[in-house]
Amino acid sequence: MARVKEQLPAVEGWFSTGEEPALIGGRCGTCGTYSFPREALYCRNPDCDAGPSEEVALSRRGRVWSYTDACYGPPPPFVAVDPFVPFCIAAVELATEKMVVMGQVAGHVGVDELAIGDEVELITDVLYEDDDHEYLVWKWQPVTRRDPRPGARSAKAQSAGSTGSDSGALIK
Amino acid sequence: MTASGDQVAVIGAGMHPWGKWGRNFVEYGVAAARQALDDAGVTWGEVQFVSGADTIRNGYPGFVSGATFAQALGWSGARVTSSYAACASGATAIAAARAQILAGLCDVALVVGADTTPKGFFAPVGGERRDDPDWLRFHLLGATNPAYFALYARRRMEIFGSTEQDFAAVKVKNSHNGHMNPNARYRAEVTAEEVLASPMVANPLRLMEICATSDGGAALVLSSMDFARRRSISHPVTIRAVSTVTPRFPQTVIEMPNFATDSAAGVDGTLHPGFRRSIALAAYEEAGIGPEDVDLAEVYDLSCALELDWYEDIGLCKEGEAERLIRDGDTAIGGRIPVNPSGGLSSFGEAIPAQAIAQVCELTWQLRGDAGARQVEGARLGLAANQGLFGHGSSVVLAR
Repeated sequence: MARVKEQLPAVEGWFSTGEEPALIGGRCGTCGTYSFPREALYCRNPDCDAGPSEEVALSRRGRVWSYTDACYGPPPPFVAVDPFVPFCIAAVELATEKMVVMGQVAGHVGVDELAIGDEVELITDVLYEDDDHEYLVWKWQPVTRRDPRPGARSAKAQSAGSTGSDSGALIK
Repeated sequence: MTASGDQVAVIGAGMHPWGKWGRNFVEYGVAAARQALDDAGVTWGEVQFVSGADTIRNGYPGFVSGATFAQALGWSGARVTSSYAACASGATAIAAARAQILAGLCDVALVVGADTTPKGFFAPVGGERRDDPDWLRFHLLGATNPAYFALYARRRMEIFGSTEQDFAAVKVKNSHNGHMNPNARYRAEVTAEEVLASPMVANPLRLMEICATSDGGAALVLSSMDFARRRSISHPVTIRAVSTVTPRFPQTVIEMPNFATDSAAGVDGTLHPGFRRSIALAAYEEAGIGPEDVDLAEVYDLSCALELDWYEDIGLCKEGEAERLIRDGDTAIGGRIPVNPSGGLSSFGEAIPAQAIAQVCELTWQLRGDAGARQVEGARLGLAANQGLFGHGSSVVLAR
């Protein structure tokens, strides 16, 4: 039986784990401006001269501002599994914070199952692993799973016929 | 319009062809510099100020590019500077040289940018840097540059109803222009069917709709108006504006390499125009002109969808009308307002520090009537615009 690996965050202090994980952002105690990752030096609002922001948990739910997918494996320092498994990325609007935060989309959801305005929720998931550890990152998970739209092409559908990074080698 | 005493002349332009040559970037820069000096009728020994645009992917010589090019041309005692501003590096190098001339500190300056790029997606520079957002966005999200371009493209489809045919039409136009440009890397004309059959890279963007990474070099010789007159250059092309403004808070559109936008929770009232729009607005204001005065434009088409965004950001049409411009052929050579007559990044790929300089080379040749088959008839005023990472961007206005 496989040994259970210890789970570690892939980045220190950016999100909490557990039943209801959340991004750990900053909130300026003077003007209310949020930040992610937390602004540790100065408030970014030019009309505010406050210093470091207070640590706060950001909203766990938001709506998709836009989305895309990675049909070819990103270069290091991304740790890709071999063979590469395409994934989606969403930029998600948080109403209270009035900001947009990016994240991978959890659960092998394809672009044909996403739409702008969809509600998503923050979860943690394995980003990559080594012999001893699993490294966790935050991801956005659709609150309601959609039926794939006909005609929309997803990374999943295409990857079956693609040969990996040959074409991706050309692009910026 | 500024008085002629406040103007700077572009008296020489030169380029090393774009490609994937795999040679030392210095070679491309020197070739471009020699061509620009020949074009200007100026010897290297006459150059008083060298302004290099830096590359971060070619070791230390790239970080001190001004001195690197000066050494390659032969130490001459000229004053020197080196600038890095991501995609706007070339424009920043132009701005530095222009300011020296306007201040009366020198009469003639050489601006050079060149790059040799590795194969594949642009990756962050080496080393494990857990406090660098450019490193972290690859590590934690796998967010390549095309991923960001694709977020904008999908948003545009949603808000303005762009179609994949519109994006392909931009590529078809630019490939037609690049076909006529000996300095372009991709010179084959392509059809919409070919574009739409190319592999999806970052949905909705396909391989042929995303800017490649290229090797290349570009250079300009700038001078005071007095120097140009002494050389009997009548009616030189002049620089009317160089805008390098930063964004304004809160920046509410996600930008490379960030994980999040600014938060608008701490501010009241109306938001500022977007960053790209503010870059062009500042250039128009400095030149004392408006979009209606522009005869042609070179814009930073990192993706075909982004070229449509630029039409609106530089004021060629209202928001949501860019699709009509491409569909009606308005931005083709021979159309109402040609955009990217050079073929754009679509035909060149990006040689980062050379690219903003190359835009100005194209405008210079167009305004002189030297653009050959790509010539935009009657071109008197041109605008170039670009945007890089971390709040660097630029717009240059040239007139003749």
